[in-house]
Amino acid sequence: MFYRETGQFKTNYAGDMAVFPILQDRIGIALILVVAFVLIPLLGSDFLLSSVMIPFLVFSLASIGLNILTGYTGLISLGTGAFMGVGAYACYKLTTLFPEVNIVVWIVTAGFFSAFVGVLFGLPSLRIKGFYLAVATLAAQFFLQWCFTRIPWLYNYNTSGAIEVGQRTLFGMNVTGPKASLEARYMVLLTLVTVLTWVASNLMHGRIGRSFMAVRDMDIAAELMGIDLLKTKLLAFAVSSFYAGVAGAAMMFLWYGGGEANDAFNINQSFLILFMVIIGGLGSMIGSFFGAAFISMLPTMLKFGLPALGIPLAGATAEHLTYILVGSLIIFFLIVEPHGLARLWQIGKQKLRMWPFPY
Amino acid sequence: MSKRLTVLGLAASVMASSLIMAAPQAAAQESVYVPLFTYRTGPFAGSGIPIADGMHDYLQMLNERDGGIGGVKIALDECETGYDTKKGLECYDAVKPKNPVMVNPWSTGISLSLIPKASVDKIPVLSMAYGLSASARGDIFPWVFNPPATYWDGLAMIIRYIGTESGGLDKLKGKKIGYIYFDGGFGKEPIPLFEQMAKEMGFELKLYPVPPGEMQNQSSQWLSVRRDRPDFMVMYGWGAMNPTAIKEAVKINYPMDKFVSIWWPGENDINGTEGAKGFKMLNWHGIGTDYPALKDIQKLVVDKGLSKSPKEKVGELLYNRGVYNAILIAEGIAQAQKITGKKVVDGSDVRRGLENINLDEARFKAIGLPGFAGNLQLTCKDHNGHRAAFIQQWDGAKWVKMTEFIEPLPEKVKPALDEAAKEYGEKNAGWPKRSEACDKS
Repeated sequence: MFYRETGQFKTNYAGDMAVFPILQDRIGIALILVVAFVLIPLLGSDFLLSSVMIPFLVFSLASIGLNILTGYTGLISLGTGAFMGVGAYACYKLTTLFPEVNIVVWIVTAGFFSAFVGVLFGLPSLRIKGFYLAVATLAAQFFLQWCFTRIPWLYNYNTSGAIEVGQRTLFGMNVTGPKASLEARYMVLLTLVTVLTWVASNLMHGRIGRSFMAVRDMDIAAELMGIDLLKTKLLAFAVSSFYAGVAGAAMMFLWYGGGEANDAFNINQSFLILFMVIIGGLGSMIGSFFGAAFISMLPTMLKFGLPALGIPLAGATAEHLTYILVGSLIIFFLIVEPHGLARLWQIGKQKLRMWPFPY
Repeated sequence: MSKRLTVLGLAASVMASSLIMAAPQAAAQESVYVPLFTYRTGPFAGSGIPIADGMHDYLQMLNERDGGIGGVKIALDECETGYDTKKGLECYDAVKPKNPVMVNPWSTGISLSLIPKASVDKIPVLSMAYGLSASARGDIFPWVFNPPATYWDGLAMIIRYIGTESGGLDKLKGKKIGYIYFDGGFGKEPIPLFEQMAKEMGFELKLYPVPPGEMQNQSSQWLSVRRDRPDFMVMYGWGAMNPTAIKEAVKINYPMDKFVSIWWPGENDINGTEGAKGFKMLNWHGIGTDYPALKDIQKLVVDKGLSKSPKEKVGELLYNRGVYNAILIAEGIAQAQKITGKKVVDGSDVRRGLENINLDEARFKAIGLPGFAGNLQLTCKDHNGHRAAFIQQWDGAKWVKMTEFIEPLPEKVKPALDEAAKEYGEKNAGWPKRSEACDKS
């Protein structure tokens, strides 16, 4: 009834090819942005910001990164955790070497270091595909994690081996370190995620994105059509690792606030993000957000939300129950819709167009 | 409406519940809120469960027997961390609005992330014998406590013990000492001190790191041990790493009485391993239930079904470790009440309370634990105590105390500690100078 494109005519090509061609979608996006930028920081509790929203945003960014590689280009990677780590350590080194430069600049720059490392480990993708590539990227995971532990230069020779996040400011406000307010950290992260999502979305809707998808669908055909496989695959690795790197730097600096970084970027992290992409929906921007929400928000909400609603659950029981529930929900959603939550979303929108008179 | 739409509705409601999730309720007025971070799940659960039970049961016993501390009930709350930093931070954020008087992270990784927050949120961090060794310096880390000894003290004690075994520290010259450790913050921290001692005393140090993901597969490390044949083995392990190391050591026929561990293995790690007899470890407190307070725990908590612990596990090594941690919590609160005169104390009061902890023989006796552990006095300068520990040995069925308290080597540990504390302050530009006044006691 409300969600209908009837009467919305496109008079030019740009309008027809827009990411959100329907007015209602644009209103929806605007609403989401208003909620995220205004309502949540104003009304949300500290717990909502620190343990639900900030992790969700970090994982969304990482999922977008992996989705570009796995969902759009069809290259499976198990090294996302390590590429996030590269970003975190790069950011740490940069900000301790040049503390006067703004931390946000370094968080974004850290992505380029990660992109470089990603390209390096993406080289085998020219020869190997599918599961074999997954194994090759696994090497990146192990090698890089080894570096994080074994090269003391990376963590500035701290005896604890941990990344220590100092105080950094933006527009006179603390954005990292213990004194940074949650709202400041959240806003910086949200702005980063919004801008980078917009960039990724445009990239994927343009020539580059189409060449990625061509490679995914059939790389020989893509090559015959004049797409340079070497360049395209490496570019996919670079873009993907860039996002992962920024996510990793944001994770350490805006979420954790320092700590044992080598352990945070282990193989489990890589798997987690792969699951987010698969459950959210391969090759879909919104799917990355759905997946991140499902895997990172849901357990937290179950663990702390149920007791808050008055269901008495404590300690380990909550943890066990969370495992059971999340596990069964994953199976449930994958059976109902193997193409992920993004596909469910699409079906829902389709139905909504005909509602209440489906034919 | 089709099935798909129902599913969609379900998904949407799940998403929406994030927004309506209620803020955690504030604790009741007449109580002191003590959250316990525990890990009854995950790869470290073997060590985590007895500790969680010990902490919980002692505080529960105080509630049952004395009606809390100083007439104020302790509001106990467990939050499961799974020894995972991410979940630990979640727990911290969840308990923060309820005004906890302190947090016990029970993970070096979580401690490291919480240390910078402690002074800002005014919640003391009590990391008992783990965490950042440098946080022993109260003048630099006013909000962090890590009594009764640091990992560096532990290493110094082990080296001293090994020295005594070989006939004096100077006899260590030319010996080979192997160090098998958890390749994370915890195991890596003592290495600089170890290397320095190796240089000064002239022994050779062999490192055998065990990566966190490979705790249960140490065959390659022990293969190297068999090749190198170190005269002594020192272990800094935790969780699944300890039983695996003990089994592997038995498998390669390493002489068990030359194998000395830091204070973290428990009965579960060694019980049932044939040939583990002779294994040694550091410890600083009593084992068993031969103390009035532990009898009270059995009577008032365990028998009444208020504990998660099986009856026969009460009094085990790691259970009593949890009890020791709970004693520190209770003492901190009691001292805070004494200093401030308030009944319901907050984080800042308990910080002062912890700085005035003075557990001497008389005090241990008064709380029903005579001779449970050595004296511990904390001051505003010294948040650790650097207390001595003793060596105990596994006789095949139980731990047997075999030495008196061994003093750490303060002349070796202190400079390293000062250096590390100074470095931490320098690297964390803007690290606040201590502004909290010291109490005269």
